[in-house]
Amino acid sequence: MISSAPILAPTTAENANLKTIGNNLVQSELDAAQAIYRHVIPAGEPWIHEIAKGQFFRIVDLQGNQAVDTLFYNSHDYADRYSAQDTIQQQGNIYLTTGTKLISTAGTTLLTIVADTCGRHDTLGGACANESNMVRYAIEKRHMHACRSSFLKALIDWDHGMSKRDIPANINFFMNVPVTADGKLTFEDGISEPGKYVEMRADADVLCLISNCPQLNNPCNAYNPTPVEVIIWAAEP
Amino acid sequence: MTETSNLWEELIQPGAAWSHVLKRGTAMRLTDLEGAANVGAIFYNFECPVERYNMPDTLKAQHIARLTKGFVLYSDMGRILVSVIADSVGWHDPLAGTSNRQLIERKYDRATYQEVRNAYYKNGRDSFLIELAKWGLGPRDLVANVNFFSRVDVDSDGRMSFVPGNSKPGGYVELRAEMNVLAILHTCQHPLDPNPKYQPKPVHVAIRQVLAPAVDDSCRISRPENGRGFVLTERYFL
Repeated sequence: MISSAPILAPTTAENANLKTIGNNLVQSELDAAQAIYRHVIPAGEPWIHEIAKGQFFRIVDLQGNQAVDTLFYNSHDYADRYSAQDTIQQQGNIYLTTGTKLISTAGTTLLTIVADTCGRHDTLGGACANESNMVRYAIEKRHMHACRSSFLKALIDWDHGMSKRDIPANINFFMNVPVTADGKLTFEDGISEPGKYVEMRADADVLCLISNCPQLNNPCNAYNPTPVEVIIWAAEP
Repeated sequence: MTETSNLWEELIQPGAAWSHVLKRGTAMRLTDLEGAANVGAIFYNFECPVERYNMPDTLKAQHIARLTKGFVLYSDMGRILVSVIADSVGWHDPLAGTSNRQLIERKYDRATYQEVRNAYYKNGRDSFLIELAKWGLGPRDLVANVNFFSRVDVDSDGRMSFVPGNSKPGGYVELRAEMNVLAILHTCQHPLDPNPKYQPKPVHVAIRQVLAPAVDDSCRISRPENGRGFVLTERYFL
């Protein structure tokens, strides 16, 4: 179901920037018309949903350069959850892309990225919060809607006893956050575009928690949060 | 408050786990006695441990992927847990995480307590979890950690590489507690350490009383974000 052939080096000026991000670009052959679940998450809204082992899960950046703050939990033990550090340590690379195994704190593979038309995704920049916005931008920004509040709202509604203890460092799908040789963390212009997507295969039963980022203080999304689509396909027979 | 000489000091053995509540207004100096040490560390607000060290908030507030003098470690609540007030090493790794049992067995095989007594092989994750459990904390409280004395470089393609020889014998880093901070430490090797031998190093820890951060404190003025971080931390105590 998944094409293993990487997209060849771009030839048009329009996507010439893709040359700089390596050969991780892989398209999926899954047809959205065959999906078992489709949902558009509006800007600034959370989404929480179970994904069964073997199912395929795609996130589509509908309008481009949207940050999709994402966490995964082992459905059978929520204390066993996505670990940014274990994931980058195990693959020896800070960027998530095709082939990346999303590793849990207990060392198990929760999902594997099987297709990616964006090329790299961040897992160092974390989620915005009222409190971190006060530090980063201004104390009077406390009131502005933030991802960590969306995470908390979704966990409260999920009603399984989860709390802020269950919000570790997350993935920022479609965000470009390079580290420089002198140890600086930079927030670069997005490399995503309308319709780009990332697709994962669940290697375990997982719970997915997303905050479709409402950040209005950061140029990374052109100060314009936009909707994204989540699509799930059944496991291969 | 005045500065004091060391209130107390202790040797943390190689591969050991260790914890202490650093009181606001004290500083903890870690010294790498032999060189090539590694200290895995996570910090919590002792009064409310659901507030804890947050790697992404620390990195993005200061636009850094390393820690050294002038930088601070943020909690997830916009407050500063500890500030780096002295550092002879220049680079401490906040990215690469810690080892687990599978990694240690793959790299070094295993050595049990029954075989080698207290030199048995330990790993970072179990060390954190055991020490956390002593304070009533558990796997849900295990978050991204810092590795003092170790350096990991990242190239333009995102590849991470451990830099051997980052910390020399006698290298030190000093952390000033800006809150009452539960410090959970271990001295297990860095997970990306290419050393083929299980060879964790001892670390000396010394606690002293220090002056409150002045208006021109180097961590406070290193960037505007940290100025606001100190304001928010000081308000917590008012």
